[in-house]
Amino acid sequence: MAHRYQAQIYVTLRPSVLDPAGTAVESGLKHMGYDNVAGVRIGKYVELTLEAEDEAAAKTQVDRVCDELLANPVIENYRFELK
Amino acid sequence: MKFGVVVFPGSNCDRDMAWVTQGLLGQTTRMVWHEESDISDIDVMVVPGGFSYGDYLRCGAIARFSPVMKATIDHANRGKPVLGVCNGFQVLTEVGLLPGALMRNRDLHFICDRASLKVENNSSIWTREYQSGQVITVPIAHGEGCYYAEPDVIQQLEDQGQVLFRYCNPQGDANQGSNPNGSLNNIAGIRNQQGNVPRHDAPPRARRRRSHWGHRWFGGV
Repeated sequence: MAHRYQAQIYVTLRPSVLDPAGTAVESGLKHMGYDNVAGVRIGKYVELTLEAEDEAAAKTQVDRVCDELLANPVIENYRFELK
Repeated sequence: MKFGVVVFPGSNCDRDMAWVTQGLLGQTTRMVWHEESDISDIDVMVVPGGFSYGDYLRCGAIARFSPVMKATIDHANRGKPVLGVCNGFQVLTEVGLLPGALMRNRDLHFICDRASLKVENNSSIWTREYQSGQVITVPIAHGEGCYYAEPDVIQQLEDQGQVLFRYCNPQGDANQGSNPNGSLNNIAGIRNQQGNVPRHDAPPRARRRRSHWGHRWFGGV
């Protein structure tokens, strides 16, 4: 019997890729007085639901969806949680 | 020679492109809707600029799965020419016909300006009417034109003469000061690996240069 899962997916820029938007936000935070803030990186959050036989099957499918569309492996990494 | 110009929902430079291929080059041109899969009548496929499918998720990411792009990949794999300009370049990297990716401009601004480009390699069908080292001026208009690839990929592009155009100053010097968007190695146009003779070279992004194209084919951001 199929179960319904929710995937919470985080797509982030690979560490080697510069993030000018993150740098701009970091600069803004410093201007606001948050001098102790560093390393701002901006990513994407995607959530979706899917039906699958079990958690392993759901993970396999979410991996495929991320590899094929949600993340570009040239510049991005992803991770996700299933609920 | 027959050109096909892809039209996605959100393309906005498709008519500019047809104006060049039909109006300036005098070649038969067919607008190819994104749901079409038979492009066997086409010799040169052109993926124009714009915002395909709204550029949701990433530029060019969703366009990748359209029927016309599957046909275009097949077209390229048979050795026929494919040109990607602007958003078209982004689409060609997303589908894997060209290496690397296009990211937000270094300074985050949308740039609409004129840029000097140095012709790095004139042995491709897209650049053969230029002199190697020649400096040309093209209009640029993009928000995500920062070319990125892993260091080994960049090295391969350089070693194999796949870099067609590089951002430079009017004197031809390529440096950070003449790099409008942060592209690695000032890269403004590339071709694929098989591009030593007329092949599916696919450089990037020339737009709004329609009155100056003449018989010259090229891509420049």
